[in-house]
Amino acid sequence: MRQIAIYGKGGIGKSTTTQNLVAALAEAGRKCMIIGCDPKADSTRLILNRKMQNTVMDMAREKGTVEDLDLDEVLLTGFKGIRCAESGGPEPGVGCAGRGVITAINFLEENGAYGDDTEFVFYDVLGDVVCGGFAMPIREGKAKEIYIVTSGEMMAMYAANNISRGVLKYAQSGGVRLGGLICNSRQTDMEYDLISELASKLGTQMIHFVPRDNEVQRAELRRKTVIEYAPDHPQADQYRELARKIADNKNFVIPTPITMDELEKLLMDYGIMEKEEEAAA
Amino acid sequence: MSTAIKDTQKMIEEVLDAYPEKSKKERAKHLAANDPSGQCSTCQVKSNVKSRPGVMTVRGCAYAGAKGVVWGPVKDQITVSHGPIGCGQYSWWSRRNYYNGQTGIDTFGTMHITTDFQEKNIVYGGDKGLDGALHELKELFPLAKGIGILSECPVGLIGDDIEAVSKRVAKEFNYPIVPVRCEGFRGVSQSLGHHIANDTIKDYVLGKGTLDTSTPYDVALIGDYNIGGDAWASRKILEEMGLRVISQYTGDATINEIAIATKAKLNLIHCYRSMNYICRHMEEEYGIPWMEFNFFGPTKTYDSIRKIAAKFDEKIQEKAETVIAKYKPVMDEIIGQFRPKLEGKKVMLYVGGLRPRHTIGAYEDLGMEVVASGYEFGHNDDYKRTYPEMKEGAVIMDDATLYELEEFTRRLKPDMVGSGIKEKYSYHKLGVPFRQMHSWDYSGPYHGFDGFPVFARDMDMTVNSPTWDLIRRKK
Repeated sequence: MRQIAIYGKGGIGKSTTTQNLVAALAEAGRKCMIIGCDPKADSTRLILNRKMQNTVMDMAREKGTVEDLDLDEVLLTGFKGIRCAESGGPEPGVGCAGRGVITAINFLEENGAYGDDTEFVFYDVLGDVVCGGFAMPIREGKAKEIYIVTSGEMMAMYAANNISRGVLKYAQSGGVRLGGLICNSRQTDMEYDLISELASKLGTQMIHFVPRDNEVQRAELRRKTVIEYAPDHPQADQYRELARKIADNKNFVIPTPITMDELEKLLMDYGIMEKEEEAAA
Repeated sequence: MSTAIKDTQKMIEEVLDAYPEKSKKERAKHLAANDPSGQCSTCQVKSNVKSRPGVMTVRGCAYAGAKGVVWGPVKDQITVSHGPIGCGQYSWWSRRNYYNGQTGIDTFGTMHITTDFQEKNIVYGGDKGLDGALHELKELFPLAKGIGILSECPVGLIGDDIEAVSKRVAKEFNYPIVPVRCEGFRGVSQSLGHHIANDTIKDYVLGKGTLDTSTPYDVALIGDYNIGGDAWASRKILEEMGLRVISQYTGDATINEIAIATKAKLNLIHCYRSMNYICRHMEEEYGIPWMEFNFFGPTKTYDSIRKIAAKFDEKIQEKAETVIAKYKPVMDEIIGQFRPKLEGKKVMLYVGGLRPRHTIGAYEDLGMEVVASGYEFGHNDDYKRTYPEMKEGAVIMDDATLYELEEFTRRLKPDMVGSGIKEKYSYHKLGVPFRQMHSWDYSGPYHGFDGFPVFARDMDMTVNSPTWDLIRRKK
């Protein structure tokens, strides 16, 4: 069983990319599971064709403690047999969502949610690695592979570099490795080359360049992945390609995060960012 | 530099020798030979800094200071420990702050109330549970005059908005609901908890009450926690002097007493460390003068009575002399009874608050000498007040470790050690007479004229108990 965590800047398309690629894996006959690690609980919507109602933490709150939960209350099956669970958590501004992720993952693991025949477990994690709770999927030998979703936008690259630092920390104490960057295109200038270069600076690869296509949004509006909604569309093939590359990936590294200055230099070298003197002129 | 200071410095160096280099260097700053004149620059100890890891400090935390010391004794307020069960359970009435009243009806001192956090409270926040708890308390205890919410660590970590809950519910209940941000990870010891608690007294209660009548002799007795009835013994003296104690807190205190405290003409502070903040505030804001006093042992008590009386008119000063004349024969008799048995005995103290300096006079009245003294959480101003009280070459300790305490005990060979519950049993094993001087070892009061006979008896009982001869002492 391969456990894989997907990180990336908030809003970059982690959940959409994860669900599409998992749908592609499932379509190819692989046994997959998705665990959403985000209080918004929208990591499994496209697989289940509806929003997950019973998250682990919400059910635990209702019943008193997590010990009172039954696994089948929080584990649902969707498109092509993909098993889905959501950690759930508080509304914004209260409590500790990170602790919710820790509790939920421990519950799922202790209760055998992963099953014997599961080949891939994907953790779809909220935004940046803001605290220990959101690093849970890569701690204690859980997910061994990380993929970071990014784009050619400055802040997305900044977040990718920052997440690499988190991975570096846990790579030294555990076995977690970076499998690559997934570029979810925003159609910025020289995006393909820029992210390839960033990947090489981080010591990894750009595993796939997913072009921007409105078909993804049309599918999402119908609560479906492109794989399910428009299996013959070229965009579906892009996700199949990404799925195949991840399934075949052998390139796992301890990342080499770069400094802020190096990141800025990279943007300047590719002409994205003006040098200060030019900006002043 | 005198030989006494040099000898002690040499002994301290020997004790420190067992430490690794870095620890030795750091701990050396916290141990000194006493110089009463305050001239010797190497005789000043460093204080109020983070304890070194691994030294087994006996310090507490901000929650301990705010809940256990300052807010806990207020009797008609319900104190809620907001967080998981442990902090509330282990701080449950451990200081024996006596009070009058019907517990569970109009007073709540010995009761233990907690919001008992579970996993779900961490993840989803504890504010809804707190709101529920407050309403339950209102229904169960309609005669309560206020509620204090004492934050445990997780509350600060998850950012529970206890201020919002307090504000909303206080309006509904029409009495003070005091959110106290005393999370244990704040500060280096319980000392910051005292300060935080003082600030909440100021913000939520102080000055909000009305007092119908006023006299020139109105005083407030501050920072006496009525351990074993101490505050009652102190109050009795003040009243016999002709003063009117309008407010006594927080031992046996009511919320109203604290609310009207700003009407006092003079603030008398017993425990300077834990409540100087509120005195300074009242001095600045209300122009109320404050003074420290010491009612341990007759000598210091007479002295303090006269100093307090000097702040008032001749009528009070005359009464003060009458009070001294009345009790002096009784005190002399106690000294006559116990001094012969305690003369020349050596004492080592390691406590908190004000005791490391304030009790010295009481021991001296019994002919005993304090050869070493230290504070768990003292600040520079505490030590400045201590140096003149002790002999040249006595040992001054800050945030002492159990190793240091044991080593000083072996070298100084005190006839008695006064410290806390954490030290008590290791001293029993060493076979050294010991008294738990945080809550008077289940005895008291020790303050004033009521307290001194108890103090003298207890010290005699400790030092001269035949029990110690039956223990095989470690050489």
